[in-house]
Amino acid sequence: MTGSFRFGTPQILFGLAVAILVIFVAVPVLLIFFNALWVNGSLNIADMVKVLSERETYKALINSLILASGVTVTGTIVGTFFAWLVTRTDLPYKGAMKVLFLVPFMLPSFIGALAWKMLLSPRSGYINRFFIETLGFPGPIFDIYTYQGIILVETMYLFPFVFIQVCGALERMDPTLEESARISGADLFTITRKITIPLVAPSILSGALLIMLYSMAHFGTVAMLGIEAGIYNIPTLIYERIHQSAGSFAAIRTGTVLSTVLVIAAALIIWLQNRVLSKGRYQIIAGKSFRPTEIRLRGLRLPLLAFCIAYIGFTIVLPTTTIFLVGGLKTYGLPIAVENMTFDNYHHILFEWDLTRDAIWNSIGLGLAAALITMFAGVIISYVIVKMKVPGKGLLEFLGMLPFSVPGSVIALGVILAWSGKYGINIYNTIWIILVAYIARYMAFALKANSAALEQVHDSLVEAARASGATMWQALRDIVIPLVRPGMVAAFFLIFLPALRELTVSVLLYGPTTRTIGVAIYTLNEDGETVYAAAMAGVALIIIVTAEVVVKRVFKIEK
Amino acid sequence: MSYLKLDAIDKRFGNVAAVSGLNLEVAPGECVAMLGPSGCGKTTTLRMVAGFEDIDGGEIRAGDRVLSSKAKNYYLPPEKRDFGMVFQAFAVWPHLSVFENIAFPLRIRKLPADEIRRRVDEALRHTNLTALADSRPDDLSGGGKQRIALARALAIRPKVMLLDEPLSSLDPHFREEMRFEIKDIQRRLGFSILYVTHDQSEAMALSDRILVMKQGVVQQIGSPRDVYYRPANRFVFSFIGLSSFLRVRFTGGRMQVDDLALPFDAVDEAPAELVGVGEGVLAVRPSDVDFVDEGGLRGTVRRRSSLGEIVDYQIAVGSQTLRVQKTRHEPGPQVGETCGVRFAMSNWYPLTDASEG
Ligand SMILES: Nc1ncnc2c1ncn2[C@@H]1O[C@H](COP(=O)(O)OP(=O)(O)OP(=O)(O)O)[C@@H](O)[C@H]1O
Ligand SMILES: [Mg+2]
Repeated sequence: MTGSFRFGTPQILFGLAVAILVIFVAVPVLLIFFNALWVNGSLNIADMVKVLSERETYKALINSLILASGVTVTGTIVGTFFAWLVTRTDLPYKGAMKVLFLVPFMLPSFIGALAWKMLLSPRSGYINRFFIETLGFPGPIFDIYTYQGIILVETMYLFPFVFIQVCGALERMDPTLEESARISGADLFTITRKITIPLVAPSILSGALLIMLYSMAHFGTVAMLGIEAGIYNIPTLIYERIHQSAGSFAAIRTGTVLSTVLVIAAALIIWLQNRVLSKGRYQIIAGKSFRPTEIRLRGLRLPLLAFCIAYIGFTIVLPTTTIFLVGGLKTYGLPIAVENMTFDNYHHILFEWDLTRDAIWNSIGLGLAAALITMFAGVIISYVIVKMKVPGKGLLEFLGMLPFSVPGSVIALGVILAWSGKYGINIYNTIWIILVAYIARYMAFALKANSAALEQVHDSLVEAARASGATMWQALRDIVIPLVRPGMVAAFFLIFLPALRELTVSVLLYGPTTRTIGVAIYTLNEDGETVYAAAMAGVALIIIVTAEVVVKRVFKIEK
Repeated sequence: MSYLKLDAIDKRFGNVAAVSGLNLEVAPGECVAMLGPSGCGKTTTLRMVAGFEDIDGGEIRAGDRVLSSKAKNYYLPPEKRDFGMVFQAFAVWPHLSVFENIAFPLRIRKLPADEIRRRVDEALRHTNLTALADSRPDDLSGGGKQRIALARALAIRPKVMLLDEPLSSLDPHFREEMRFEIKDIQRRLGFSILYVTHDQSEAMALSDRILVMKQGVVQQIGSPRDVYYRPANRFVFSFIGLSSFLRVRFTGGRMQVDDLALPFDAVDEAPAELVGVGEGVLAVRPSDVDFVDEGGLRGTVRRRSSLGEIVDYQIAVGSQTLRVQKTRHEPGPQVGETCGVRFAMSNWYPLTDASEG
């Protein structure tokens, strides 16, 4: 390029990338910090401390910590144990088990929480009632509206983070590392303790930190199960405050202060995770080698298989079935029996009730729109980051990945601050504010998928096109875009699928006609319309699972 | 007297016979190399000795202990066999220091702390690792890692060391150095070695005896000299060193390559049964062929290429081709010239060799 400034395709792309990231990501997040730290035009840390030391906020902080730690510990133990079982032992049907253990990843945990509420709420839960009414127990056998209850349910949905990481590490690990311990005289138990576990410890830790990150910022389960017993964590308290006070200054301030704490904690976890990933990983990958010796479970083989099946039955089949059955009840609380069942609820929410029908179309529309917009924005920004040698692209990358460490509730709050009229545009209570928030929330997914694809496209391919006489724009259109198409498709679905079952963001932003599927289920449950909530959750499960399965199929064919 | 004894060992993976009827005895202090092409069952044999694979037939003993026995359906697990083993990919534990890697088998055996320190120090000394005792394995080169693995295997002072291509992940330069170090340590400590390799020069340099395998069947067990100079069959001949083969016929007490009679009296050297059959294969090492001006088997030089120190010839003899190698100092014919050859050493094999697996 010559010394004089020319305005061409690269400048347009760069400007566009900066504009998208600043408007959608930087402004909302900065507004949060600004509102948290600035009071009446000056920096005021003392006031922030004051907000944090209020009893309720302080309690929410502690609760977030307790719940996240609890889920992290249990999820890590469960995930590591199952990973070891399906990779290192002669458990029957290991392959099928491995797939089944990943199913919870697909299901929204707030629907699970709803199911567990219907099963284990102290008075009306079906299991508790069975024990009290049929078996004559004096009281409920388990109260789900407790810390333990919340930890239990979150564990069921979050343990796959550890499971996936540890399975991968155990499968790739060089088996001679363990064999050489064996020939050194160590029995299998000693090897597992002294060699295998320490070698996969970085993977366990990295999975554990992911659980912690998600659990700390998790809204759905705590909202469904905790609020009843007065257990709030940071996201649920933000929700409570914003909702009760309809945007009062004090509520917003509490929200921004809590958000700041959440962002700092999340950033810390991500920083730790990166350190573990970059420094702590041992080189344990096998070259050419044998399948590792399977540990013979002998007498424990069938009991452990039964345990796995029971676990899957208890954590996946039971809640899912409960959702569909309760969704078919004439009235909540009736015994589950054929004479009490009806299809009317399903018919009503699908064909008659505007609230639920709107919610389904809103979610699908929002998912498609967010996925499409973010996918294209992602290509442009990734292109600038990966391929263009411009100053400040590090900042772009940071901004793009920021939403990874900014929990949904924080993004939603930031979007409220930015888009509810204070700065000229007011889209509060419209569907657009949810779309804007989704774009910010899922930008990081699009960047990851597209950057990975773009890095595969060697510069010389574009240079060859330019040398053949193509303009920058033609080279992009005819060479780059077709080559990164798989990355774009991946980005689309990485956004569309989670957007379908989203709750945390939309629950802070919805208006009377802009409920999403998640919000509809949540509010129906709040309003005591339990059978409709269950029926809606059943419909949601069908939509979500169908979408997941179809996408997996399509992807397989593409590969 | 033998220490390790493998008796009629069979091993199948599904329908594939990985090892069939393998017999081998290893004397105390002896080094036996197992040599053979990829997939011939060397690793499988070693892993059966180590106890990582059970056996489908036969028996493995060490001293008066039975290790594996099909008949008795008895398998001593690997951790009870007290062998030292070194793997191709080093397999040193990255989360333990060099010292702790070597101390591991001793700690498992619950030796007292001062004994552990003494033995680890000794193993470190034998492998020249003393200065690196507190390092992390990942800070060492491939050669360094393999030394740790060797020291770890030495620490329990095993009677038998099992080595599966221990040098093949190293640079060629290191490989030769380590080869002599292993031999040296063995001489000092006197253990037996069962050594898997597909590098024949490694096998020649290290071992007292070489076992050559093909498709799970032993072809020959013998000293390096035997295996090189008296290969049991054509396969062994071609597997060890360079080889060149000529099909020959015996007619009326004379030996012919195609229509060309061999002018020298080779028939006497050929085994009587081949002469009786009337046909056979003459096997020579290209370096054992001499050019002669007069007489000899006549041929034409088809190609002559200089490989640096060595000159490689292809000689057309009748319709067949003979390969000859001479050092560059020895005079030799040019391309297109006619020349005579004589064989300083040669072997004869049947056309179809039943002894090949
Ligand atoms: N665990 C196994 N399952 C099935 N087949 C196996 C297994 N291990 C080895 N084999 C087969 O047994 C045969 C012998 O394999 P082995 O690894 O012993 O050969 P090798 O002589 O060590 O070869 P290389 O020089 O390539 O290491 C091969 O055909 C191999 O594919
Ligand atoms: Mg091998």
